[in-house]
Amino acid sequence: MYDFTYHRASGLRQATNLLAKHEDAKPIAGGQSLLPMMKFRLASPSNLVDLNAVEGLNGIELTSRALVIGAMARHAEVHVSPQVQQGIPALAALAGMIGDPAVRHRGTLGGSLANNDPTADYPAAALALGATIVTTKRKIPADEFFAGLFETVLEPDELITKVSFPLPKKAAYQKFRNPASRYAIVGVFVAKRPAEVRVAVTGAGASGAFRVPAFEEALQKRFHPKSLEGLSVPAEGLASDIHASAEYRAHLIGVMARRAVAAANG
Amino acid sequence: MPVVSMTVNGNPVRAEVDVRTLLVQFLRETLRLTGTHVGCDTSQCGACVVHVNGVAVKSCTMLAVQAEGAEVLTIEGVARGDALHPMQEAFRQNHGLQCGYCTPGMIMTALDIVRRKGHELDDRTIREELEGNLCRCTGYHNIVKSIAAGARAMAGDDPARQQAAE
Ligand SMILES: Cc1cc2nc3c(=O)[nH]c(=O)nc-3n(C[C@H](O)[C@H](O)[C@H](O)COP(=O)(O)OP(=O)(O)OC[C@H]3O[C@@H](n4cnc5c(N)ncnc54)[C@H](O)[C@@H]3O)c2cc1C
Ligand code: FES
Ligand code: FES
Repeated sequence: MYDFTYHRASGLRQATNLLAKHEDAKPIAGGQSLLPMMKFRLASPSNLVDLNAVEGLNGIELTSRALVIGAMARHAEVHVSPQVQQGIPALAALAGMIGDPAVRHRGTLGGSLANNDPTADYPAAALALGATIVTTKRKIPADEFFAGLFETVLEPDELITKVSFPLPKKAAYQKFRNPASRYAIVGVFVAKRPAEVRVAVTGAGASGAFRVPAFEEALQKRFHPKSLEGLSVPAEGLASDIHASAEYRAHLIGVMARRAVAAANG
Repeated sequence: MPVVSMTVNGNPVRAEVDVRTLLVQFLRETLRLTGTHVGCDTSQCGACVVHVNGVAVKSCTMLAVQAEGAEVLTIEGVARGDALHPMQEAFRQNHGLQCGYCTPGMIMTALDIVRRKGHELDDRTIREELEGNLCRCTGYHNIVKSIAAGARAMAGDDPARQQAAE
């Protein structure tokens, strides 16, 4: 790991000021992605701005229309939160599928979305649920937030403060895990919302999580696994690696989507 | 160099560290508490698991400076004097270790499982919860047995429960 200067921010304003002031500064939340990348020298921030002592970033609130989760909410907190379990049980389940218990005690919602790992779980949930990512500068719809592999539209001095997930009528997430890393080889989040159905896929995209309009249209007509029979996602453009070929991933997307719809229907 | 202070196994400690020092390096090299191991240094194996403010974390994936003001519990802080903690005793009784390299992390993780899931643990739960802890020797079978037995023994050992029973 390269040397850096460390700052423990005590407030949001201080954190964003530090990020604006220092070139190549980066916020650190749970550190479960950033520290491993720094060890490999894949990331080499000049300054680290620690968000762990910033107040007001970890609340979880359930209103009649949305579930609002603070950026610093740990995966473990989201997993056991009564508000999340009541509002969007699929999201509570998803948080419990991330990594292992020790990773879940540190890793955060904001860090996961900002990192936009193409095999991470939360980006699929954000896309499928039509979440709004609230930052220190603006409110960004999930559809406009992700910008390719490990890229988002966040500016260097912009911090996620919370994420608002509109409550779906039904939702479920199905994850086909890489048996070693436990990241998704393919994960599919399906949400039946009041006015539309959304299907979002993680793990398979060569440039990150994506939606599947053909599946969405079919499910809009009838929200049943049978509606997806005969439909598939082309293998072209999907990720292909030692764990799974693009063709296998394309196949898994169909399987996981049907299972997710079945699970959402209970 | 930054100065970091925290409480480790109940003792206040304070030291100047290179900012890049990982919590596990701080424990092992600065404090010479070498019970916490480094198996992978890539957040996979769980040999480095300690408790920070009451929850299990991988100490290779946290900076020492991030533990400023924290309460840290390592394997050295688990026994009571010469008496092994019931979870340690269960590993001994059930042959839950061979080379012992993974054991400190296994035990710290096991204590965290009991904190979250209680004293009656089935095999499936234990195996799922051990997702982040690798063992290259035992094949896990006796580790799972040890944790189930240790969790039960801790129920009998819990002073609050004993008081309630009296
Ligand atoms: C062994 C292991 C297994 C894992 N398995 C999975 C898995 O199965 N599924 C999965 O989805 N993830 C997995 N992860 C990743 C984990 O979920 C991380 O916690 C998460 O990706 C990043 O969150 P973090 O809080 O740790 O962020 P950090 O590592 O602290 O930061 C990640 C990035 O986000 C930026 N950032 C952090 N917070 C903010 C903010 N509020 N605003 C703007 N930018 C911010 C940082 O600058 C950095 O660029 C795994 C990690 C490990 C170590
Ligand atoms: S040394 Fe920390 S997880 Fe392996
Ligand atoms: S006992 Fe040797 S690694 Fe587990």
